Amino acid sequence: MTRPLFADVAERYALLAAWGVTCVVFGILRPDTFLTTSNFTTIFGSQAILVVLTLALLPPLTAGDYDLSVAATMTLSAMVLAILNINHHWSIGAAIVAALLIGVLVGLVNGALVVLLDIDSLIATLGSSTFIAGVVLWISNSQTISGISQSLINVVVVDRFLGIPLEFYYGIALGIVILYVFEFMPVGRRLLFVGRGRSVARLSGIHVARLRWGALVVSGLISAFGGVLYAGTLGSADPTSGLSFLLPAFAAAFLGATTIMPGRFNPLGSIAAVYFLVTGITGLQLLGVQTFVQQLFYGGALVLAVALSQLARRRRASGG
Amino acid sequence: MTHATSRLALRNLSKSFGGTQALRDVSLDILPGEVHGLLGENGSGKSTLIKVLAGFHEPDSGELRIEGEQVPLPLAPGQFREFGMSFVHQDLGLVESLSVLENLRVAGLSSSRSRFGISWRRERMRARETFARYGVRLDPSVPVSALKPVERALLAIVRAMEEIQRDDRRYGVLVLDEPTVFLPKEGVERLFSLVRDAAAAGTSVLFVSHDLDEVREITDRVTVLRDGANAGTVVTAETTEQRFVELIIGRQLAALPDLRHEDLTEKRVSVRVEHLSGASVSDVGFEMHEGEVVGLTGLIGSGFEEVPHLLFGSRKARTGLLSIDGSPVDVPRLTPAAAVRAGLALIPADRKTDGSVATLSVESNVALSVIGRYHNGFFLDRRRMRRDAAALLREFDVRPADPSLPYGALSGGNQQKALLAKWFQTEPRLLLLDEPTQGVDVGARQQIYELIRTAAQDRGMHVVCASSDYEQLAALCDRVIVFGRGRVWRELVGADVTKDRIIEQCYAAMAAEAAQVVV
Repeated sequence: MTRPLFADVAERYALLAAWGVTCVVFGILRPDTFLTTSNFTTIFGSQAILVVLTLALLPPLTAGDYDLSVAATMTLSAMVLAILNINHHWSIGAAIVAALLIGVLVGLVNGALVVLLDIDSLIATLGSSTFIAGVVLWISNSQTISGISQSLINVVVVDRFLGIPLEFYYGIALGIVILYVFEFMPVGRRLLFVGRGRSVARLSGIHVARLRWGALVVSGLISAFGGVLYAGTLGSADPTSGLSFLLPAFAAAFLGATTIMPGRFNPLGSIAAVYFLVTGITGLQLLGVQTFVQQLFYGGALVLAVALSQLARRRRASGG
Repeated sequence: MTHATSRLALRNLSKSFGGTQALRDVSLDILPGEVHGLLGENGSGKSTLIKVLAGFHEPDSGELRIEGEQVPLPLAPGQFREFGMSFVHQDLGLVESLSVLENLRVAGLSSSRSRFGISWRRERMRARETFARYGVRLDPSVPVSALKPVERALLAIVRAMEEIQRDDRRYGVLVLDEPTVFLPKEGVERLFSLVRDAAAAGTSVLFVSHDLDEVREITDRVTVLRDGANAGTVVTAETTEQRFVELIIGRQLAALPDLRHEDLTEKRVSVRVEHLSGASVSDVGFEMHEGEVVGLTGLIGSGFEEVPHLLFGSRKARTGLLSIDGSPVDVPRLTPAAAVRAGLALIPADRKTDGSVATLSVESNVALSVIGRYHNGFFLDRRRMRRDAAALLREFDVRPADPSLPYGALSGGNQQKALLAKWFQTEPRLLLLDEPTQGVDVGARQQIYELIRTAAQDRGMHVVCASSDYEQLAALCDRVIVFGRGRVWRELVGADVTKDRIIEQCYAAMAAEAAQVVV
């Protein structure tokens, strides 16, 4: 067994430490607004959707594919749910099932483009993402649709456990499920090899195409689940605001891959990354910085995260 | 021959890699307008010599003179252009998706740039003129992907000739590095007439090949390399085929008895390959007995290296039937996943891209083939996985025997032993090896041979080993099947499985093929 080197431990928990430092700094600067229970319950509660969307990215990223359609799929799912529930008077349960199936359908189509037609996933999902955004505008007449069943809103944001809305726990639970699949099921191991060495996986008898396709379907399903939470959070569905979640989700996924299990896209790291980013942004906003700081923060974090993991990889390559 | 008359003269060129001497005091003169052959078996130093000229390798010692003028060694990569040299390598260096014209002018479009940018019409016209000058008919506007193999080779040679003449230099040296390997016979003829014209016009040609008949047909003189040294430079017209083979293999070629064996053992035939055809082999068939290690070999272009991949489904076979212990497998429909289920395993030649993921742990790499076994219905039993991996690493003497290390941290030999461990766990009935000891040090080689032989004998595993390392085949195999141009030529068994015998048959396979074509 190799001894855990200080550098490895430091790398593993660097992001958590940075998060702690951020909290302390803002706590000193804004003790009465930042260091309050309500501020932290807001931070934890409000970002569950970003957590879910980030988690949606992990299966395809691990398999070596990008899914740029997660935010659009989420928006579509929320819109389908709203239209069925409000305009067509479907029960909320049936509308949720339909919204989730829509996500599966998007994943199936993405998978077909990537696996059967051998289109680069970046291009295929860039196309499908734009297409879906168009469909959303079309079916909604570019209108926000409000009046979603209160029972959904209750279980998403109104009901609380330890003062935090339930949606927070949904995100955490999903992260644990993904952790279980990635680390404790054979399919997770296979998926990792598909992403790292496609040829190795193929020659080891792994069904590479099936796994890549499956990863995209799962990503569509989780995105759709994000859509259900989104509709529940807002009590309505609007056709465009969800799209802005795409970049923050990628930033969190890549930043998450530098922590907890450095070098791998991992759910716990991703969740930590989301909350680190959001804490930073909330703190800056409390200091009175304008909203453009969000974009600076997310954009910068994405590039920084990728740069960090490159450096770590180089260090490991030269050290090994 | 004095330096002054040679277009290119190499003197006492030596180069070693680690402990092996790849080139030893090699001298070589290429005369103006001469087609000079460079012959030798794999590992004789041909490619090292070419790479010194191309500036890839730095020689340990030696002199280079061009037109009598001393050129300081080592050359920088690409510097050969300054001295009128041009290379056509086996892969030709063409971009398939671009047009003939774009490939031809890859470095030289600026010649016709007018004030208004590139005139493609004028470029096409010039390209046609160029092709006409060489007597080659090619349409400049079609993409290279639409060309036949021979047309691609012609394009590459025309481009190289143009490169030589670009700086108003009349002559130069054209280096052709195994240009005919993928060409059909009639294609070779067209290529040769182009080479002859170039030589007649004053260009010197260095023709590197393993193909004795082609070398005899096209060259004026030939230098033969053996074990990194110059075994002799001869005038082609005055040299018999037998003499060439003697120079290549360093001794006389014995008469060729029919070596096809009757029946090797009393053990039953339990693996059968019939009518196997792929991209470069056709109608290959052989049988294997339980516990037998069968080698597949041949010269470059003979197609033997394709066989393991066809049998594993990692390259598409056109036809073929495989039967293992009586159960038939339809080879053209085979996928690697189905092959693994049918009891096959393949250890690919390229460990880095096909065999393993260097950044993941040894444990993950080794366990991948049997990962399903560790799922206890609820959790992946990581502890058992690690324990098994550690035990396997000890059993296969992988050092260090630490399953948590990144796979890339192991040496080549230990990496290969770990891959054997990975696949032996699946208890394959038929193990396919593709160049199993590439990049493996000598000590580990012996161990790998022993592991394979023991597994074959003790577990009754069938082993197919495709290799161009004749010494390895002699050490490892019960029987060696020699390929010539995509077909089975001979099988060597028992006392005939020696390095010399295998080399001899590789060349004999080629000579016989050539004879058939003439008839």
